Order: sequence, then structure tokens, then C-alpha cells
Amino acid sequence: MNQNTNIFNKMMSMDRRWVFLLLIIVCVAAYFAPFSIPILIEPEVERVYNFVDTLAPGSIVFLAIDYDPASLAELHPMTYVLLEQCFRRNIRVICTALHPNGPSMAENAFLEVVDSCKVDKTYHGKQFMGREVVNGIDYCFLGYKPYPALVILGMGTNFRLPFPADYYGRPIDSIPMMKGIQNYDQVACVVNISGTSGTEYWISYGQGRFGFPLALGVTGVMGAEYYPYLNSGQIFGYMAGMLGAAQYEKLAENDGKAVVAMKVQLFAHFLIIFFIIIGNIGFFMDKFSKKREGR
Amino acid sequence: MEFGTFLWTTLGAVLTLAIFSFLYKDNPFYKFAEHLVVGVSAGYWAVILWHNGLVPNLLERLRDGDWYLGWLNSSKPWYLIPAILGLLMWTRFSKKYSWISRWPISMYIGIATGVAIPLEMSNRVNKQLYAAMSKIHWDNFFGHGFLDTAAAYSEIIIIIGTIAGLIYFFFSKAHTGAFGTIAKIGIYILMIGFGASFGLTVMARISLFIQRIQFMHEDWAVVAFEETNPNYGWFQFFFWLVGFIIIAYIARELYVYIKNRDKQMVKPS
Repeated sequence: MNQNTNIFNKMMSMDRRWVFLLLIIVCVAAYFAPFSIPILIEPEVERVYNFVDTLAPGSIVFLAIDYDPASLAELHPMTYVLLEQCFRRNIRVICTALHPNGPSMAENAFLEVVDSCKVDKTYHGKQFMGREVVNGIDYCFLGYKPYPALVILGMGTNFRLPFPADYYGRPIDSIPMMKGIQNYDQVACVVNISGTSGTEYWISYGQGRFGFPLALGVTGVMGAEYYPYLNSGQIFGYMAGMLGAAQYEKLAENDGKAVVAMKVQLFAHFLIIFFIIIGNIGFFMDKFSKKREGR
Repeated sequence: MEFGTFLWTTLGAVLTLAIFSFLYKDNPFYKFAEHLVVGVSAGYWAVILWHNGLVPNLLERLRDGDWYLGWLNSSKPWYLIPAILGLLMWTRFSKKYSWISRWPISMYIGIATGVAIPLEMSNRVNKQLYAAMSKIHWDNFFGHGFLDTAAAYSEIIIIIGTIAGLIYFFFSKAHTGAFGTIAKIGIYILMIGFGASFGLTVMARISLFIQRIQFMHEDWAVVAFEETNPNYGWFQFFFWLVGFIIIAYIARELYVYIKNRDKQMVKPS
């Protein structure tokens, strides 16, 4: 066995902990490095942004937050930026969380965005004055109920069927913004931000049964799975993973955690590609050496 | 930052480090964090399901009856039927009576299937078939359609990919000749699909790590290191305590490594 083979064997049998260590160093260094990267906007993300941006003040967006802390990294930025866009433009929001861990995610997002909306900000050259976003007037959080399929079907008849009261125990009829709101007919669109298979329920039992415009925001792992629904017109817009969140932040001119994360992604991906190339060179050279030695 | 918030954030930071320590190797800190996550999740889910499922959907609806009459004098006594079916599920724990649990399961599966089949068939099969069979907009290739030329190619790729992918899974004919070539194109199309999924999964996993860096930096370290932080003293205490535990663990690992290496060197003789 020659020396080259030893090197290639070593390349292929490198302790995986060196890979982890290098990845940690690269990610931390890229996070603290003061630079930014351009983010190209894809049409499926732009369609969600344009849809919400062209809604008349007072319209209602239904936001379905179906994720848990494990998917928070990719989906929280989407929720934040979408909620802020709605509240700044005086668009009202009805929210459900059909994942048991979803209510805490939704509450956390509402608290932070409500705080953020108190400050004056300028987006696309237009100044938005800070204002108090009020629970029950600007948004209504219905909370969690088990069996998402049945809840989605029930809300198609009346929101009051699965949710006689909101998450905080107030009867729906006593909530000012819910007066005259019966079902999906009164909402402009449904945006499902999800890290679970709940998305399939929204497609089949929600959009398929009631025909409302549906947009999705999903984790990267689910990313490739839902593109066919875009092609078939069952969803009008789509945000996949951290990249989708960063694109939406760029569109809204509201750079947040996703935009910062993308520069780290860039270098982490470079490193992973480098290791894939090294591994493949090792594999093929080892195979070639064995062939040459007649083994 | 309130002391309570500070304490929970610090605990979050410590648990983050404990979970990532698994990248080095399995260890007691990781085990503790893992068990804590499982325990807290199970407890949280039980409480959430009780308060959002059983209480509003069953107990609240039987509320106007008397529990000592078995709620039979409630205005909605029929809610006792699903309650009884739910209780029957617990017979799974008895070897003798576990067969009874098949009744509620069969009812549940029956209802779920009845609701699911028409909607799933319509939305996940038929509509996808229509989308795959839609006509090709040839105008787009010459620059006067509603799509640009590059996007127009996707219509062709979708048709070829769908047919080739389906042929790959057709095993009633040997994959030879022209049929075999199309099947081979099918497997390449599938590989491209899996590659896209893998790439997105890598992005997702890196995202989780980046979010933890952001949490450790923005939500914990920046706030805690500020001298205006009213809990600065406590932070110093926790910081050095965690630092000491990490250093002690590394020292122990080194000691074990050196000890084992010495043993291995002695062994051959």
C-alpha cells in the first residue's frame, strides 16, 4: 500500500468530531464577522409578500402557527416579519396553533411584535407611526385544540365551533374584532407556518374543502415536499426554511435574524461542500489505487 | 432583565451547551438535558391536552349535570359515549380485556377514513394529476407567453420527470432497451429530488445551530455581560460555575485518555 493510499484512507476515516469542530468555528466566526450577503428574492416568496401588502387596511389574515421550539430557528423569523407587516398596515390577524407546543410560540411572537410596533419605522420610504396593537381589536389568538383536521373543518363552518373562547378564555362573541366574523369566508388568506405534517391538513381539509387562498412557510426539511402544490395552484406562495424567511425579511425591508443567519449558512455550506469533495476524492482515489494494485 | 428571566435564560444557555456536548461524545450533561426535554415535553403535552381537549370538549359540556349521577342528568348526556369509548382504550393494559380497546380504535379509524378519503383523493391525488397533465404553453419558448423562456422549460422537465419516475417504479417489464433508458432517467430525476431534500435538510440543521448562537449571544451573553445588569453578580457566579464544570470534565477526559494510552502501551509486552 503506497503513501497516497494512506492519505486517502485517512481522509475517509477522519474523526467526525474534527468536522463538527471546524463547522462550529466557521459558524461562530461568520456570525461575528461584520459583512452581509445579497439575498435573491424568489417569486413564490414575493407572491406572499405582495398579497399581504396589497390588502386593504382592516382585512383579516388567518395565521396558523403549527410549530414547536425545535423549528423555531427557521419559522419564528417568518412569523415575526409577517405579523409586523400586518400590524403596521392595520391588517387584523386571527391566529391558531394546532400543535401542542404552538401556543407558546405564538404568544412569544405576538408579545415581541406588539412591542416592536410601538416604535416609528420606515419601510419602502413610507413612515409607519408606532402604535399600540391591542389583543381583541388588532388580533385574536384562538389557541390550540387537538385533532387538527377536525378543527380545520369545524372552522370552515364557524370559528366558534372548535373555539367557543379564545386562548385566554374570553368568549369569541365578546371579542370586538370577531364581531361578524364567522368562518374562512371573511378572511383574505390563510398563512400556515408549520414544522409539522399539519400543513397537509391545511392543504387537504382547508384549502381543498373551502377554497381559500393558502400560503405556506415551512422548515427546510419539508422544503422540497410542498413545491408540487405551488405548481398545481393549491398554494399561492411558499417560504421554505431560513432562506424563505430571509427573503421575506428583505422584501419587507425588515432585516432580522434570518438575514444575519444567511451569511453563516453561506460559509457553513462552503465547508460542507469542501468536506464532500474531500470525501469523494478519497473514495475514488482509494478505489483507483486498489484497482491498480490488482486488489 | 428580571432575576427570574435571567435564571431561565442562563438555564437555557447551560442546557444548550449540554446538548451540544454530545457532538464530542455521550456524557452525563447530555443525558441530563435529554431526559429533561423528554420529561418536560411529556408533562407539558399532558397539561395542554387536558386543558384544551378534555376540559372544554367533555367536562365543560357535561358541567350542568351532577357528577354523582354520572352526568346522566346533564342536558348533553350523549357526550358520555365518547367518554366511555375513550376509557375503553385503557383496557390495553389488561391482557384479558385488551380486545375491548379495538372498538374505540375501529370507530376512530372509521371516522378518520371517511373524512380523509374524499378530501385526500381530491387534493393530493387528483389535483396533482391535473397539474402534471396540464398543457405545455409553447408560446413561452418564443418569449411571448406569460412565463419567461427559462421557466417554460420546467413544464417539459415536469412531464419528462413524472413519466420517467413512474416508469422506474414499473417492475412488470425488465428495465432494458429504451424502457431501461427511460427508467434510468427516472432514477436520475429521483436522485435530483433527494439531493434537493438533502440540501434543504443541511440548511435546516445549520439553521438550528445558528439560532442557538444567536440565543447565546443576543439573549444571554450580551444582556448578562452588561454591568448595568442588576444580576451581574449572579451571572458571574453562574458563568464561573459552568466554566469550572466544563474544565473539570475536560480534565477528567484527558486523565482517562492518558491512563488508557499508558495501558495500551504496556499491553504488547
